[in-house]
Amino acid sequence: MTAETHEITPRPEASDKLWYAGIAAAAVVGWLAYGQLIPFSEWVTALFPVARISHTGEAIAFFAYDVPKVLLLLTSIVFVTGVLRSWFSPEKTRAILAGKREILGYPLAAMLGVLTPFCSCSSVPLFIGFVSAGVPLGVTFSFLIAGPMVGPVGLGLLYGLVGWKIATIYLVFGFSIATIAGYVMGKMGLERYLQDWVRDLNAGPVGDLPEEKITFVDRLKTGVEQVREIVGNVWIWVLIGIGIGALIHGYVPEAMMLTIMGNDAWWSVPAAVVVGVPMYTNAAGVIPIVEALLGKGAALGTTLAFMMSVIALSLPEMIILKQVLTLRLIAIFIAVVASGILATGFLFNAIL
Amino acid sequence: MKNVKVYGPGCKRCETTEAMVKDAATRLGIEANVEKITGPREIAMAGVMSTPGITIDGKLVHAGGLPGKTKLDEWLSA
Repeated sequence: MTAETHEITPRPEASDKLWYAGIAAAAVVGWLAYGQLIPFSEWVTALFPVARISHTGEAIAFFAYDVPKVLLLLTSIVFVTGVLRSWFSPEKTRAILAGKREILGYPLAAMLGVLTPFCSCSSVPLFIGFVSAGVPLGVTFSFLIAGPMVGPVGLGLLYGLVGWKIATIYLVFGFSIATIAGYVMGKMGLERYLQDWVRDLNAGPVGDLPEEKITFVDRLKTGVEQVREIVGNVWIWVLIGIGIGALIHGYVPEAMMLTIMGNDAWWSVPAAVVVGVPMYTNAAGVIPIVEALLGKGAALGTTLAFMMSVIALSLPEMIILKQVLTLRLIAIFIAVVASGILATGFLFNAIL
Repeated sequence: MKNVKVYGPGCKRCETTEAMVKDAATRLGIEANVEKITGPREIAMAGVMSTPGITIDGKLVHAGGLPGKTKLDEWLSA
């Protein structure tokens, strides 16, 4: 409820106009602020009693530049995504995917995984809801992998911080891994490795929710709501990620980076995947690290593998899924997705 | 007496939803028995796919995200 509830509620048209104007104003302010990032970060860095070209100076400048930049990008991405996703729901997606065993089901599921709003705490009911309604297991996996892996936040930040080329590569390969991993798992006939109770479950029909009339302003409100919730939750991860990125940018010598994450160290790709799994953060937190790694000359394949592993293979997610999947199925899931990530990493290290 | 069930595995939004339901019932003077359901099996059996979900006297009225306040009032007084 807004503060104006004491007054007579404005006519709907009037408050609609206010919403459009407010969003437009916010966009303009954000745009102008985005143009001032470099002067701002230089100004902040100059406040510290350190030489601009020292290690510490570099780290501070990185931090002061990235924090407002990432927060601005994050806010606009989450807002736009929130509005777009208001046209989708898990219920609609499930109806589209039910019974889709043919080859097109997998990329379709991956695409819907990106567009359908769901939070990771819902992944268990969602998984059960899908499987019990006849969405093939493999298709369900494509959906679940694509959601985090090629989420708009990761892509948008990658675009803003590292550039469109790498963002596009990431999109294409992330999407392919989600599609192919789902397809492979679909072919393996893994239904018998679901937890017993899930296999035997005949979930109730998804209740027919009355179709609510949603206006465009309602969708804008959804977007703002998403910003409040998501940015409110992830900002701390963003700060930590940028902090680590700043340390790498300021202090890690390039020679060392080339030894650990360079093109010649073949073992660095699997190592990056292994390191990435227990790291619990999200796309917004990991991309500033990716930015710093690439800036220091880390190989693209290794960095992509690290990023994909952090985002797509997270330990907490596995623990949540343990409620519905047997350990064996979780192991297969990890193995298949990790193979895709490894292949991507090796491929890019080999061709670049 | 209304039987309200809030379905959710225990994330923050689910707790907020439960509190919102209780608030609304108190504010409207409706006697409501609000129960929080966290088991994945129970959530699935109720036909809830996106949490938090709300059923009132066994009828699903909401799934996914926080419910709107005015909507919540409508459901409770219906």
